[in-house]
Amino acid sequence: MNAVITKVPFAEPLWRYRAFIWSAATREMRLQSMNSVLGWLWPVLNAAALILLYMTLFVEVLKSKLPGSDDSMSYAIYLCVGIINWTYFSNTILRSLNIFGENAMLLKKAGFPKITLPIVVIVSQGVQFAIMLGVFAALLIFTGRIPGWSLLGMIPLLIIQQTIAISLGVLLGTLNVFFRDVGQAAGIILTFWFWLTPIVYPMSILSPNVAAFVTTWNPMTRIMIGYHDIALNNVMPNLADFAGHAVLAIVLSAVAYLCFKRLYSAVQDYL
Amino acid sequence: MPLISIRNITKKYHTFNSDWDRFIEAITSGKVKRRQEHWILKGISLEAEAGESIGIIGYNGAGKSTLLKIVLGVSTPDTGTVSINGRVAGLLELGVGFHPEFTGRENAVISCQLLGLDPAEIPPLVEEIKAFSELHEYFDEPMRTYSTGMAMRLAFSASTVVRPEILVVDEALSVGDAYFQHKSMARIRRFREAGTTLFLVSHDPTAIKSLCDRAVILEDGVMIRDGRPDEVLDYYQAMVNRRKKDEEIRQFQGDGVLVTRSGDARMQIASIEVLDMEGRPGRVFKTGETARIRQTIICNDPSVRPNVGILIRDRLGNHVYGTNTNLKKIVIDDEFQVGSRFHVDFDVQLLLGGGTYNVTVAVVDDALHSSHLDWIDQAIVFQVMPESIPDFAGLTPLRTSISYSPGAAPGADVEEAAVAEVHA
Repeated sequence: MNAVITKVPFAEPLWRYRAFIWSAATREMRLQSMNSVLGWLWPVLNAAALILLYMTLFVEVLKSKLPGSDDSMSYAIYLCVGIINWTYFSNTILRSLNIFGENAMLLKKAGFPKITLPIVVIVSQGVQFAIMLGVFAALLIFTGRIPGWSLLGMIPLLIIQQTIAISLGVLLGTLNVFFRDVGQAAGIILTFWFWLTPIVYPMSILSPNVAAFVTTWNPMTRIMIGYHDIALNNVMPNLADFAGHAVLAIVLSAVAYLCFKRLYSAVQDYL
Repeated sequence: MPLISIRNITKKYHTFNSDWDRFIEAITSGKVKRRQEHWILKGISLEAEAGESIGIIGYNGAGKSTLLKIVLGVSTPDTGTVSINGRVAGLLELGVGFHPEFTGRENAVISCQLLGLDPAEIPPLVEEIKAFSELHEYFDEPMRTYSTGMAMRLAFSASTVVRPEILVVDEALSVGDAYFQHKSMARIRRFREAGTTLFLVSHDPTAIKSLCDRAVILEDGVMIRDGRPDEVLDYYQAMVNRRKKDEEIRQFQGDGVLVTRSGDARMQIASIEVLDMEGRPGRVFKTGETARIRQTIICNDPSVRPNVGILIRDRLGNHVYGTNTNLKKIVIDDEFQVGSRFHVDFDVQLLLGGGTYNVTVAVVDDALHSSHLDWIDQAIVFQVMPESIPDFAGLTPLRTSISYSPGAAPGADVEEAAVAEVHA
């Protein structure tokens, strides 16, 4: 462990503060579960209710299927996979917008490593994501539709997706200290971004021009297609397709880090 | 190598006309200037060895808290370098990161996690926090049920559970009741003996003398004194006294109303005193006692023929009584030298009701249409206490005798007629 800690950037403070990261990430859930009989079950029930709602609505009521598929559950699975992953992505960004304001008290504490804050966001949203995914996976197992080893392909996609999310989040969160407009605009842009990503609709219904645009300019498109391929076709994503994404994620995180570093002293005085 | 080494740090606070200006300047690293600057620290250098404890004193706004924040690492200096070799803990803002819904225990755990301790080390420390804070069964109750004192006790216990290499304490933070204050001071003292470097900001000379082996004075962002606590504190005391004296002359005591002083200063009032009849300075008199209002005057121009006066006003500004040497036919025509002094005593019998009164003192030029040489409005305040059972009401005990006799007095008929007329 020690060898790893000294080599990976930021690993040392993150490892040392792991207990804090976990307790801060689960803080909201712990507060919600206080004085409630079902406590920790509620997030699970929430996830189950949402997934069951989609299933009933699209499988039983609307009888929606993906074009070219004769599986009655295909569209519902398509939608759930998209929404679960998108929610993780967009909530990570949204929760980062007030990362400094919300944690002003911690930032005034001596020796507190600031790098833990974005990690807390990733972990806390990750817990929500894991609950949703777990409930959904249970349903897939129950209906005999769980994909095989291709599931492991989700891991690199998630890493790329969340690196992009947290880099954007920290970048916008830093700017948001100076301009509250950034936070407001981010909400609107994410709504548009959602509809420019194949989550609710399949790519095949788009005209070739629009499809090309969405694939070229929206990094989330390929990532979503990757998740869909895993869930519906049990196809491992071709990682070579994601080289550009990896570069984007690295560049964005570098930009976010430099911007944060340059502006932090002003942020401190502002808090 | 010193544990802390601060070299020539400066800190400005800026105000910006808009957030856009703030952003432009931050992103260009200050190459584009858009700020209005206020200097807080103007080049401070300070080194401290392990185990040294330094008292920091100075008026409000001298830059003490900014300096502490920089030592704590929660504020960055604009220029200069800070090097710190050890873990710093601060008692500036207690209860950082506490959540009211969590119990004392849960908050204590979070507080330990915030120190970056290994998870295995935490449980015994939490027990230690419980013991030191003496919260007993309240320790497992939500913090929202705590009194302020209890929350402070928990916060102090939690933030000092591990001895830091450097401890920064703002004494303004008095923790809980007297018993707990002693207990927390004892803990700070023990840390010091164990080698913790202490920074203590305090206005209390005894705290600094007993806890520190060095003291510095900050004034207006500059460190004006650095040395042994007793010497530095004496110097500070002199600063405070001088400032107090200035204020006494410049300000109406109590009300904070600014005093106006005018005159061409060819003669100047050097001091004003109110004395009792034994010659001791006094500010409180009983109705009917005599007060001596003494002005000491310095001559800057020997040709002047001065007229020295006083004016007593009540707290509402009503003129109660005024007089001067001219009206009283006292001639001051000695051969003065430049710099020679004389004093004029006004012995006034205070035939006054209870209340506070202020005295305006003046020396004017007798020859030149009474032009002001020196005039100090509301220069000094004294108080008149009524007798415990006063025999009058109002502003002044007018000389009054009352006689009583039964039956109508001669001429009463006329009075009665007048009263009857009014009633009609």
